[in-house]
Amino acid sequence: MYSEKVMDHFTNPRNVGEIPDADGVGVEGNAVCGDIMKLWIKVEDGRIVDARFKTFGCGAAIATSSMITELVKGKTIEEAMQISNTAVAEALDGLPPVKMHCSNLAADALRKAIDDYLAKQKGAEENNG
Amino acid sequence: MKRIYLDHASTTPLRPEVLEAMLPFLKEQHGNPSSIYGEGREARKALDRARDRIATILGASPREIIFTSGGSEADNLAIKGAAFALKDRGNHIITSAIEHHAVYNTCRYLEKHGFRITVLPVDSYGLVDPAAVAAALTPETILVSIMHANNEIGTIQPIAEISKILKERKILFHTDAVQTVGHIPVNVQELGVDLLSLSAHKFYGPKGVGALYVRRGVRLDPLIHGGAQEHNRRAGTENVAGIVGMAEALVLAALEMDKEIERQRELRDRLISGIMERIPHTRLNGHPEERLPGNVNVCFEFIEGESLLLNLDMQGIAASSGSACTSGSLEPSHVLLALGLPHEIAHGSLRMTLGRGTSAADIDTVLEVLPGIVDRLRQMSPLYDADAFCKTH
Ligand SMILES: Cc1ncc(COP(=O)(O)O)c(C=O)c1O
Ligand code: FES
Repeated sequence: MYSEKVMDHFTNPRNVGEIPDADGVGVEGNAVCGDIMKLWIKVEDGRIVDARFKTFGCGAAIATSSMITELVKGKTIEEAMQISNTAVAEALDGLPPVKMHCSNLAADALRKAIDDYLAKQKGAEENNG
Repeated sequence: MKRIYLDHASTTPLRPEVLEAMLPFLKEQHGNPSSIYGEGREARKALDRARDRIATILGASPREIIFTSGGSEADNLAIKGAAFALKDRGNHIITSAIEHHAVYNTCRYLEKHGFRITVLPVDSYGLVDPAAVAAALTPETILVSIMHANNEIGTIQPIAEISKILKERKILFHTDAVQTVGHIPVNVQELGVDLLSLSAHKFYGPKGVGALYVRRGVRLDPLIHGGAQEHNRRAGTENVAGIVGMAEALVLAALEMDKEIERQRELRDRLISGIMERIPHTRLNGHPEERLPGNVNVCFEFIEGESLLLNLDMQGIAASSGSACTSGSLEPSHVLLALGLPHEIAHGSLRMTLGRGTSAADIDTVLEVLPGIVDRLRQMSPLYDADAFCKTH
C-alpha cells in the first residue's frame, strides 16, 4: 500500500535523534489516531542548517517525519514555513488516502518548531533591547 | 526468504486433503442438492454426510446445523434471527465488550430497531463475570451473546458456567465459537448453549462457508428469504463444495486436536516467555492460562503497531496489531481498550497466532529478530528515554 519512497524513508529514516542545543523544538500529537512527533531545528543566519526528529507512529508518520527533515535543511525560515503536508506527501510519491492525516503530524510539528524558534528570537531581541 | 505466517486467527491455509475432498464438487459433481435426479441426489448425499459429520463432532443432531456463508452470517442469523422471532417476549439483549464486530455491530443495528443492549465489561484478562450476566438479566431479556474465545487476546470464557444461569431462567444463549471450533473441544451439550457460530476458514477449511448450531425448538426468523433450503431457515442453493470441505477440515482437526493443543501451547508459552525475558516494558494481553493454544498478544510500550508489522513483514513474518494506525477506522482495538489499556499502550500491540504449520524454529526466528525491531523503533520514539530508564529501573 505504500510507495517505494515511503518504504525507503521508513526503512532508513534520515535524521533520527535529537539536537541538544536546538534553536527550535516542536511537539505535535495527532488528534486522529493519537501519534506523536517531536522535531528539533538548528538555525544559522535565518537558514535551517539541521533538523532531527523522533516519532511514535505508523509507517507513513515515520516516513513523512524523515522526509520533512530532508526538505527543510538549507531552507530559510520563510521557505520552510511554506512546506505543506501535501508537499511532503508528494515528495514521497503520495500516501494512501487513509494515511494523509499522518503527514499533518510532520507539517504541524515543523510549524511548531519554527514558532518556538521565532518566539525565542523575539525574547532574545527584547532582552537585548 | 522463508515466510513465517503467524496470523492464523485471521485465516488459515486450506489443507490439501480438504481441497481434494472439495474438488469433485467443483468439477464433475455439479448437481443441485434440491434436484430429484441422480446428480442432485449425489449432491444431497454429500451434503447430508457433511451435516452428519459436523453435528457428530459438535455433539448436535444433524437437523440442528444450518449452513451459512461464514462466521459473520452465522452471528447475524443467531442474533437478528432470535431477536426478531422473540420480539413479542422482550427487547433486551446482553453481550460483552470484547465481541467480534459481527456480533457487536449486529447488536448496534438492533438498537436502532427498538432493542435495548447491555454491554458487559470484562476484567483485565478479558473475562466476563458470570455473576455480572445474572445481575444484568431483566424480565425483558430474550438473548445473551458471549463469545467462546476472543480472536484478539485468546481469552476463553466460562461459557458452561454462564449457560447454567441462563438455563434456569430459560433465556437463549448464543456463543460465537469461530475461534474455538477445530482448535479446542467444543460440545454444545457441555457448553449448554442454544446457538453457536463457526467458520470453516479458521480451521484450514475454505473461506466463505460456516454454520450455525440451533438447538431443537429454538425459533429463528430467517435473514435470507427464498427457497426451502436448510428447513426454511436459510434460502439459497447450498455451497456444496465448501460445506464438504468444512466437514473434512473439522474431522481432520478433531483427529489431531489433542496433540496439536499440547504442541501449540508449548510453542506459545515459549514465545511469550522469550519475549518477556528479552524485551523490557512489555505486557501480555489476555489470560495467562485460560487462553487459546495458539494465541500470543503483547503490548510493547512506547512504539506503534503498524511500524512494527511493517518491520516484521520485511523479515518475512506475518502478524497483526490492534493499533489505531492499522485499523481502517483509526480507532484502537475495542478489545484492548475494554481490558483497561490506555490508547498509547494499545497502540503498541502485537498479535501472533500460531497454527499447525508453526515450528519451533519459527519461534526461534521471531525471538531473534523481534527485540532488535522493538529497540530500533523505541530509539526513534519521543516517548522513550532509554537513559532515564537505565537510571531509574
Ligand atoms: C470471533 C470471530 N467471529 C466472527 C468472525 C467472522 O467470521 P467470517 O470471516 O467467517 O465471516 C471472525 C473472523 O474474522 C472471528 O474471529
Ligand atoms: S500516525 Fe497513526 S495512522 Fe499514521
